[in-house]
Order: sequence, then structure tokens, then C-alpha cells
Amino acid sequence: MSAPSTTELSEVTRDDASLRRFLHGLPGVDQVGVEQRAATLGTRSIKKASKLQAIDTAISMVDLTTLEGADTPGKVRTLTAKARRPDPEYAEVPHVGAVCVYPDLVATAVAGVGDSGVGVASVATAFPSGRSNLAVKLADTELAVEAGATEIDMVIDRGAFLSGRYGQVYEEIVAVKAACGDAHLKVILETGELSTYDNVRRASWLALLAGGDFIKTSTGKVSPAATLPVTHVMLQAVRDWRDRTGELRGVKPAGGIRTTKDAIRYLVAVHEVAGPEWLTPKLFRFGASSLLNDLLMQRRTQLEGHYSGPDYVTVD
Amino acid sequence: MSSNWEYAPAPESRDIANLKPAYRMFVDGKFVEGSGEPLKTVNPATEEVLAEVGTASAADVDNAVKAARRAYDRIWGRMPGAERAKYIFRIARLIQERARELAVLESLDNGKPIRESRDVDVPTAAAHFFYHAGWADKLGYAGFGPDPRPLGVAGQVIPWNFPLLMAAWKIAPALACGNTVVLKPAETTPLTALVLAEICQQADLPPGVVNILPGAGDVGSELVNHAGVDKVAFTGSTEVGKLIQRSLAGSGKKMTMELGGKAANIVFDDAPLDQAVEGIVNGIFFNQGHVCCAGSRLLVQESIADELLDKLRYRVSTLRVGDSLDKNTDVGAINSRAQLEKIQELAAAGDAEGAQRWTSPVPVPEKGFFFAPTVFSDVQQSMRIAREEIFGPVLSVLTFRTPDEAVAKANNTPYGLSAGIWTEKGSRILWAAQRMRAGVVWANTFNRFDPTAPFGGYQESGFGREGGRAGLEAYLDV
Repeated sequence: MSAPSTTELSEVTRDDASLRRFLHGLPGVDQVGVEQRAATLGTRSIKKASKLQAIDTAISMVDLTTLEGADTPGKVRTLTAKARRPDPEYAEVPHVGAVCVYPDLVATAVAGVGDSGVGVASVATAFPSGRSNLAVKLADTELAVEAGATEIDMVIDRGAFLSGRYGQVYEEIVAVKAACGDAHLKVILETGELSTYDNVRRASWLALLAGGDFIKTSTGKVSPAATLPVTHVMLQAVRDWRDRTGELRGVKPAGGIRTTKDAIRYLVAVHEVAGPEWLTPKLFRFGASSLLNDLLMQRRTQLEGHYSGPDYVTVD
Repeated sequence: MSSNWEYAPAPESRDIANLKPAYRMFVDGKFVEGSGEPLKTVNPATEEVLAEVGTASAADVDNAVKAARRAYDRIWGRMPGAERAKYIFRIARLIQERARELAVLESLDNGKPIRESRDVDVPTAAAHFFYHAGWADKLGYAGFGPDPRPLGVAGQVIPWNFPLLMAAWKIAPALACGNTVVLKPAETTPLTALVLAEICQQADLPPGVVNILPGAGDVGSELVNHAGVDKVAFTGSTEVGKLIQRSLAGSGKKMTMELGGKAANIVFDDAPLDQAVEGIVNGIFFNQGHVCCAGSRLLVQESIADELLDKLRYRVSTLRVGDSLDKNTDVGAINSRAQLEKIQELAAAGDAEGAQRWTSPVPVPEKGFFFAPTVFSDVQQSMRIAREEIFGPVLSVLTFRTPDEAVAKANNTPYGLSAGIWTEKGSRILWAAQRMRAGVVWANTFNRFDPTAPFGGYQESGFGREGGRAGLEAYLDV
């Protein structure tokens, strides 16, 4: 892979066989090694000013998410209010990166965030399983984009990926990307269903080749969702992509990140595995809901010197 | 906060170490004044004097060996294994209970990062006592006959790179097999061994079973040459190992030697590259490279050399060098000025012989003994940095074209302690491992230690094994 060029990369997507050769030619991932590294990096101790800085950065990276059958416009309005002003008593707290909803609630979310700068992300493409045909997936995407979504979180066809039909997965991502227009595309790999780190690396490259702006771990509907070692592998992929093409692509772990401690471990991984330039909501997001309140509580603890408790942050 | 996230200092409190102004040697169950010249032990990260430590004279060595002999004859040598096990288990648990104290003290005295003393040295030391405690009443099943007998009094001399862990490697199997011990810790790092002596007291270990005598090389020489010592175990430099062997030749004393190394870490073109980079870093920058089995020679297949080195340099530049007590420090202080000068001298030889030096741009403290992580590329087999043990954070990178060439280059050293093999191909791992003349071969990992795995060398890296079933042989009359 030395002295690579983008022309080489356009070659590899020419047909199924080339794509397969390329993806299977990527260096393997040693499971024991990557888990060991993630665990060691997880012992970094982030204190005082660096912790406060990390908390504010993490808040700005949250994609505040509600993806339930029971979602209503009321619920989404509550969420957008929280997204704009996470802590009413501390005006300097940054707004979150985006709110993340189903396509039919995008319009409500767009009205809710107004001109605050908070993005509106919509899941699409027969989320969460991705089990439908391309026409339905594209219609789903268009619905969200027309309603004003600025970010689309699509799912890949894991069935096609696992049966080795990489070309089909690639074409779908390319088609959805085209349907997105100006909206940013996050490609959900659903790493919990891909099962091996080698697969995570291949799927990451597939999504990057197809033009995904972000690669995202999970839907949050499958266990395991985001894990640190999986995120390491994906951060290595965007770093390798940058080294090859000069382009910066983002990573979004989603699901299961609930505490400030967890979030800081992820930021340390971003900082040391991908590099400091990824420490921005443009290139790293957390798909989460309960994480935000823990960040706000820890933020207050840092400023006020004592714990206050869950009744001092808003429940939304 | 993009691009400028600095980690605030996260120092472990040094009060936890319970540092005392003076330490005394441990003989016959008591801490007593030594009649040697006291030594001052220094924190290599700050050059501050930590404590004054009493050292042993020839007469003290004699007393300690006699105490060990009495304890062996009267109590320990005849005690049933199941009873010995109880004491050894107790020591293991006490190490765990006092783990933080030991970790902080170790980092202060040695200069290694607290993350390593906390997560590697101390837990592994406890694990060695637990493991060997389990053997104490099962020696008849270890494959050395139905009732293998101990040797008697073991004289043990250990180095400064893993002070507590090396003491555990030496003492635990000796006690489990029914021997008594006189141990000399290294001159620059005597403190944790003396806390281990306190732990022996706390565990009610009978007086004389373990004796700890701080001091310099003369004390070690006195100890290994003492007529009352039945077995000598030495870990340290090849040079001193040869001296000991010469002087003990014909004495009938049983010996094990764990000496230097110049291990090859071989990365084939089908290796898991990101993890290979981690393994290379762990192989040479773990413990500032003060590891006898360090992967100090990287042999990388030419077809991936550039890509691997790019990744390696980036990764090495993220290593944080500095305060040993900061929980975020990856590479701590070089243990002594003498060692720092030796590293500088060999690195200069690398420059002079035409290797390409790359030094991590990481900031390095002005005070204390520090050496920034360094990678030499374009290294040839004939250069000193490819042949001599540097014992510091300096990696020498060589390339190879074929697996045969890799094996030939890896084995082309008078040493033979360890080797690493990186490939996703299982058959190649087995093929290469069979051909490595090294006591330990790691596949797709490096510098992993476990009490169940025998450790030891070939050729000038020494003989005898420590750990595992094989390690028991060194302390049994077989």
C-alpha cells in the first residue's frame, strides 16, 4: 500500500472481483492485540482542565438520539430544546452536534432546532435492519432529505456484506450518497453483526470508498453496539484513508456509551489513534441519549466542586 | 478543542509509598544495621535522594547464609509442602493488599512509569507467588520423581530493571521447593525488596527463610562465592554472569543464569500491521527498553518496510515521556546516569556507523535521566547497534527479503533470549518458531509474562528456566 494514489483507489471499485481483492488484501486485525491496546489506552487519567475541555468537546459531539416506536412530535420538541441548550443554568455549554430521529419526525426536529446550528440527522434506508429493496431505501432517504435533514445515517446491507457481495453494498452506498444531496452521509456498519475486526476494517474501507462522510458503528438496536476496540479499528481506517487520499472522514460510535468516563476513553482513542485533528464534531460524534446528562452532571461537578445529582439536570 | 488537548498532570500521590528516610537489611527475620558502607538510592526522574540504605559486609553475608541454613535445616526444608504453601499464599495476598504502595515505591526508586509498575510489575509479582504456592504440595507430580528434594540455601542476585518482580521470580519458586533464600537486590533499586521483606515478616514467615542484603557487586560476589550457598541464581548482564560462572566452576553449586539479549522482532508482509506496530512499541519502549528480552532489533520485510516505519514513527511520537508517577506517562526515566551514558554512547555509535536516527519530538524533562524514544533505520548486521545490547529506548530496524533470510538474521547473534514473529499465517508462525534459537518466542505479541510460562535463554543469554514446571527444576535436587 505504499505510495498510493486516488487513481489506484478508483480502480479497486471497478467490479466485484477487484473490490474483493482489495478488501481481502488489507492487513488483518489481530484481536488480542487491538483489545489489549484499547484496554491500555483506556487507563489514561484525564483530570482538571483537560477533563473540562473533554466534557465540552464531548457535548458538542453528541448526536442526541431518539429512535423509538413511541416517538412523538412532543418528544422530539423536548429533545431539540435540550440539544440547543443542554444546561439552562450554564449558557456557555455548547450545543450538541445534532439530533437524530426517524424520517417522519425530521420536519418537527428541523423546526425545533431552528437556526441554532444543531444538525438534524435522520436514520434511513429501512433502518435498523436494512432489509428492503434499493427503491424503498432511496425513497426513505429522499423523504428525510426533503424534510430538511442535514445528515443521513444509513445502514449497510449486512446480509450482502456477509455473503461477500461487496459490489452490491458499495453500489447501495453510492446511490444513497447521491440521494443525500448536500446532506452528510454516515454509514452504519452494524459492527455487532459483522462479528470480526477484519470485517469491520473491510466494511469501513468499503464505506469510505463509496463516499461515506462518516463511518458509524451501530444502530443501537443490536448488541454489542459500539466498543472501544471496534472504534480503534475504524479510527485506524479513517487515518489510513487520510494518509492515502488527504481527505478527512469522520467516525461515530453509537450505542452503549453512557458515562463521561466512557466518552473520555473514546476521545483519548480519537486523540492518539487517529490524531488531534479528529477532535471536532465535524469528524467525531457520539450516538447517544443518556450520555448527555452524565456529561452535564460531571461538568457541574468540575465547576462546583461537588456532586449535585440527577435532579439538577433536565430529564427529557 | 481541536489540536490542542493537553492532558493535565495526573500524578499518583508519592505519600502512598510510605517512603522512610532509612532502610535496613533483613536477616534472620529482623531488620538490622548492616556493617557495610550505606548507600543512597536516588529517584532517577528527579535525581533526588530517596533514602539511605544500609548494606552488607562480608560478615553480614556470612550471618545471613548461616541464618538461612538454620532455617532450612530446622524448619523450612522439612516442613510439609501444604504448610509452606500457606505462607507463600499469604505473601501473595499481602503483595496484593499493598499493591499501590509497592507500585509507587517501585516507580520512585526505578523511574518506570506508574502505569507499568501498577499494571504489570506488582500484579505479576503477586501472580508468581500464587502460582508457586500452588506447586508447593504437588512437587511429586511435577515430573521430577515422587519426592524431589530441595537444594538448601539459594544465593540470588537480581537486577534493577524489575526490582520487585525479579525478587518474586527468584524467591517464590525457591520457597515453594523448600529452599531458603539470601537475596541481593540491585544497588540502585533496593527499596521494594525491603518492603517485600516486611511482607515476609507480616506473613509470619519463619526467621531466616528469606534474607535480603542490599549492596553493590562486592556483596553479590561475596554471596555467590560463600561456601554455605548450594544454589546460585543470577539475573543481570552477560559480563557479570560470565564472572560468576568462572568463579563457581568446580564448586558443585547449581546455577541458573538469565543474562542479556538482542531479540529480533520479525514482521512479515502479511502481518496485522497496526498490532505489529503496538508489539514493536511494547517490545522496545516498555520499561524504557530496560528489558533483557526487549525486541531491540526489528526485522521487517522490505516490501512493507516504508509503510510500517511511517506507522511506527507516528505511534512512537504519541508516547508520553516524563514523570514516572504521572498515570499518563508511557516512558519513564532511565534508571541511572551510568545507564543513560551507555545508551548515549551506543546511539552515537549508530550515527557514526551510518544508521539513520529518528528521535520522537516528544518533550523530555530537563531534570532527571531521560532519553527520548529513538528509532534507527538503515541498520546493518555489522553495526554495533545491531549486535550489542543497548538496554534503552532505542530500536534498530533491519530489513529482509525472504523468510529464510529473516531467520538467519534473527539467529545471527551471540544471544538468544526471545524473539517475536508477526504474521497472519499460522503455518509460518510454527515454521519460524521452530527455527528461532531463543528461549521465548512470541507470536503476534511481545513482552507478555506469565508465571506458568518458562523463561530463559540460549547461548550468551544464559541457561536454566524460570517459571512454569520447568522453572521448578532449578530449585530441586534432580
